[in-house]
Amino acid sequence: MLAIVGTVPSEGFPLVSGEIILEDSHICICDERISVNRGTMALMAAAINTAQTLSQPAPFGYLVGDIGLGKGSRTLYKYVTDHLPHSSFQTLTFHYLQPIVHWHERLQQSLQKMKERPTLIADAGFMYAAKMSGQSSLYDLFTPDIGELAFLADEKAPHPFYTRGFILHDENLVPDLISRAYEHNNASRFLLVKGRQDYLADRQGILKTVDNPVEEALEAMGGTGDTLTGIVSALIDSGMAIEEAAVVAMKTNRLAGHYAHPTPATRIIEVIRHIPKALSEVLKERG
Amino acid sequence: MSFSSLFKGKQTHRDPGNAENADRGIMVFENTSEVIQAENFLKREGWEVKVMGPPPEIQSGCDLIIEFPLIEELNILRMLEKKGIPPLEIVPVTSPLLQPVNLFHVKDFGEYLMVRAANMKLTVEKTTGNIVNVSGGGCPDVPYLACEMVGHTLAEAPSPREIGHTLCGYALQLAFEEIQRQCSP
Repeated sequence: MLAIVGTVPSEGFPLVSGEIILEDSHICICDERISVNRGTMALMAAAINTAQTLSQPAPFGYLVGDIGLGKGSRTLYKYVTDHLPHSSFQTLTFHYLQPIVHWHERLQQSLQKMKERPTLIADAGFMYAAKMSGQSSLYDLFTPDIGELAFLADEKAPHPFYTRGFILHDENLVPDLISRAYEHNNASRFLLVKGRQDYLADRQGILKTVDNPVEEALEAMGGTGDTLTGIVSALIDSGMAIEEAAVVAMKTNRLAGHYAHPTPATRIIEVIRHIPKALSEVLKERG
Repeated sequence: MSFSSLFKGKQTHRDPGNAENADRGIMVFENTSEVIQAENFLKREGWEVKVMGPPPEIQSGCDLIIEFPLIEELNILRMLEKKGIPPLEIVPVTSPLLQPVNLFHVKDFGEYLMVRAANMKLTVEKTTGNIVNVSGGGCPDVPYLACEMVGHTLAEAPSPREIGHTLCGYALQLAFEEIQRQCSP
């Protein structure tokens, strides 16, 4: 089973955990109902649609309210640190959390206590915390966009806000940034990089690129990286190898984006609605 | 806090290469009096801060600095500015010579204009100045800022400096300022 750990942009939202479902553009968990906009809600919605298409069980969610003050994130870090060692999730995806090094390290120690090591996926703030902690190599998959890849490639930057200019300048040289991230041990086992062209890479180099269909507007749309992470998480949890899941996810996310006929003003829910159709087509084509 | 404890703190340098410091920042102040005021204020507000001696790379300010949670820079800076004790300089503990991102990527979509600063992207409709999307980022205030800003014009929207809390919020503020500059007549 897949578990997703993240935050809701509402200060008063309580800590909840349970099965998540998608209902009328809202994520439902316990007695809570949250609009799917971007961030962890978009990731969850994409994972639910993917799991449903594959006839897999609904993912499990751990959520708390946090608007950037970090209080909710600290509560959630503590909760999952206590609970995950007793769980049996096959796949764990960590998302929008305040990047806090000592909590990341405590959580990693608790993950070592799980009976079977799950596949570990990180994106957004939790990926920043993993890099800051110097523990990126403990993860199976990071899903950065180009700006975040530059941060991973800059061994000195503690946050993307401090990425050095000469590295940001090299954004067209994605393979070089990937190499640099691995050279300084700031990358996970696999990297899935979202951009005008999507890349799957490992320490040996680029394994696969996907650049079709092209929808320029998706770059401006909040949540397209979140949906990619949600799709690939659910695919991996279904038993697909990471290399294959990443390629299917890249193609599905792009195709769903294409079907949404996006403009830079389009909302991510429009893309999420097309994931089942896009995924079915990609899987059919794959044979 | 007594002066003796301050100078005890001054001697407790941490290894700047240590990962446990990676999410910490340094605030440099004009004089020791400001350091004491800022430390007392931040501790009262519940922040985990420490007074220490500056690393050799820091050439400005007095001979004490405050170490703080770097990710929450925007929130802490706003509070200190309101209190009238803004720091001279803020840098990461692990690399005190690093500067905030100052490169902007601008993309013209025809009807829309997008500006990216570091990992944050902001897109507006050119004719109305309406903010239509916020993208990128990883700190938890990003979805919050997006909810508060999208649907408002550049003139009406709350600025990330006012309501953001983290370095992602700070990066969005830079994108916000740049797109205002780009869209000004």
